[in-house]
Amino acid sequence: MSLWLAVVAAGVGCYALKLAGLSVPESVLDRPYVRRATELLPVALLAALIAVQVLADGPRLVIDARLAGLGAAAVALLLRAPFLVVVVVAAATAALLRALGLP
Amino acid sequence: MPAPPPFPDELAVPEEPLGDHERAAVVRDSLAVGVATGAYGISFGAAGVAAGLDVWQTCVLSLLMFTGASQFALAGVIGAGGSPVAAAAAALLLGTRNTLYGLRLAPMLAWTGARRWGAAHLVIDESTAMTINRHTRPAARLGFLTTGGSIFVLWNLFTAIGAFGGEAMGDPRTYGLDAAVGGAFLALLWPRLTDTTHRVAAVAGAALAIALVPLTPAGVPVLAAAVVALGMALRVREARR
Repeated sequence: MSLWLAVVAAGVGCYALKLAGLSVPESVLDRPYVRRATELLPVALLAALIAVQVLADGPRLVIDARLAGLGAAAVALLLRAPFLVVVVVAAATAALLRALGLP
Repeated sequence: MPAPPPFPDELAVPEEPLGDHERAAVVRDSLAVGVATGAYGISFGAAGVAAGLDVWQTCVLSLLMFTGASQFALAGVIGAGGSPVAAAAAALLLGTRNTLYGLRLAPMLAWTGARRWGAAHLVIDESTAMTINRHTRPAARLGFLTTGGSIFVLWNLFTAIGAFGGEAMGDPRTYGLDAAVGGAFLALLWPRLTDTTHRVAAVAGAALAIALVPLTPAGVPVLAAAVVALGMALRVREARR
């Protein structure tokens, strides 16, 4: 599958998921298991995405400036910083450490 | 034990007309959320090109997919070297929560036909949050359209700014853009860590992904975390019986 196809197919699919919620009778989808699964899916997937984004370098696991950026983002979140500030803090921390010569 | 009612509160809302004062308040609150959310489209734009998407693919994602976590996920899997299929699957799995939002919104908005098809595109975290706290149908519709519409316009505008800006910047690592994506995921995850079950799901998903990175093709570790979520959803129900 080419990247363009993935972009368009996933985009159309995500729209279909939204439309299904507005269109399907509530009783069809609104079961406790479906509800719990849809609550837990983003949690587990986002946590996995964080782990891969921060620690993976191809098939290897490495600790570098990205992990420091994540730590700084966590501190910003503890201080109730808004989304954009959290993202900028993570980037700035990693950029600073790399400018100082860290990997 | 009978299943607990999925949404205990009353979902259908009365059709009372909006007063000028309430109308202004709904618009003001919705625009505030719209501006704050739309502006962080700039981080998606920059992250998209840093992950290896081109500027147009990044912008089309914001136009067509228009649901932030799924967009970041697709870019994140591609950036990690994953296949386009794995990237699309991750985006779709994250998009399933919008289906539940739609279920919740349908009786409040009560739109049919073309209006429902149009409204569906705007069903995201923020528009849902700014709709379900309304007590009348006109207020719910106004909150939904103002929040969703303002985010759609600004999210796409700022995605383009971020994408063109990110491309002009050169090596994304110099500016810590790879670390910014991790920070963005953490900011999306943070408000969902509301109870022990959610925290366990997060830790288990991350641990499984880390364990699988050296063993499987890129993209698989993230999708494997979905198995954790589906398995836990099953076990929680059995424990309550």
